[in-house]
Amino acid sequence: MEIPYTYKPRPDTGLYNAKVGIWLFLASEIMLFGALFSAYILLRVSAPAGFWPDLALAWPRGLLNIPIGTFNTAVLITSSVTVVLAWAALKMNNFARFRVYMVITVVCAFAFLGIKSFEYNDKFSHYVVRLKDGKAVTGHIEVDGKHPRFWNFNDQWDVAKLADKKITQIKVEVDPERDIHGHVKSHGSHAHEVREIAVADIVSLGSYTPATHPFFAVYFLITALHGLHVLGGALVLAYFAFPGAKMWKSNPEQFINRIEVGGLFWHFVDLVWIFLFPVVYLL
Amino acid sequence: MSLKAFHIVFVAASVILMAFLCGWSFLSYQETRSTEYLVWSLCAAGSVVALVAYGRFFLRKLRNISFL
Repeated sequence: MEIPYTYKPRPDTGLYNAKVGIWLFLASEIMLFGALFSAYILLRVSAPAGFWPDLALAWPRGLLNIPIGTFNTAVLITSSVTVVLAWAALKMNNFARFRVYMVITVVCAFAFLGIKSFEYNDKFSHYVVRLKDGKAVTGHIEVDGKHPRFWNFNDQWDVAKLADKKITQIKVEVDPERDIHGHVKSHGSHAHEVREIAVADIVSLGSYTPATHPFFAVYFLITALHGLHVLGGALVLAYFAFPGAKMWKSNPEQFINRIEVGGLFWHFVDLVWIFLFPVVYLL
Repeated sequence: MSLKAFHIVFVAASVILMAFLCGWSFLSYQETRSTEYLVWSLCAAGSVVALVAYGRFFLRKLRNISFL
């Protein structure tokens, strides 16, 4: 027995099975990301005064690189345009143009992930040092003449480990000072001042990782989950562009439907980023 | 909802985001008087215009495809 409406739309609804399926799946995804966004908002609004934003550091404002985030947003918007143009090219029976647009989409997806990994790298090797006088400084640290390597979790430092290794002083390439809104106070020079800090003066020390602040816990959780969606979507779209494209000859209507379903998922992933970007980078 | 309709929703959301970024950058410029923020605000305003123009082009190009 043949399953009905696998690619022909059902006359009364105008929908084929896969379109109903992808929308049900996207509904569950909305609930997943909605719960994480809600967790972020609730953590932030219910934080004790002076903790979020942090009075000493203006955290989380100014923590993330807004030009890089904006560039990544532009990359994802471009990929949404190209995926829909790929689908439209198939509708107009132009397979060569479809492939070009699809390849651009996949390249954009991997460019997004590459830029994101660059941002992650910076966060894992960036430290906050809280001092006994109540002040705090942030920047890249140098311990025993070496910069900690972000990819090596054994190379992450805290006060107990510094004491254990009998290290008495560290160097910090101090970030520019920011106001409570996260704006750099002086725009004249971008050179980092290198400061030597005695370990005896340090209350706590931690890299920009989830254990250091709830902001990073939420930031890494949501952006990593989003990144996995980007990776999954890119692999599926790459499959459609090359090995899966054989279906264009055997069943073009079903192939166009597959591209539409892939495009719907891709648009959802990009739409999540459209919400994520202002929430974690700007507000 | 077809990919065409979802794309229109996506472009509308992108326009709102860029308008927000434009406003955010302009407020930051007023606070800091840094030209970086002013340039940022102008770029975001340009993106709003470009996205609206693209949306109109897209609707014209795909006028024969259903929204369902």
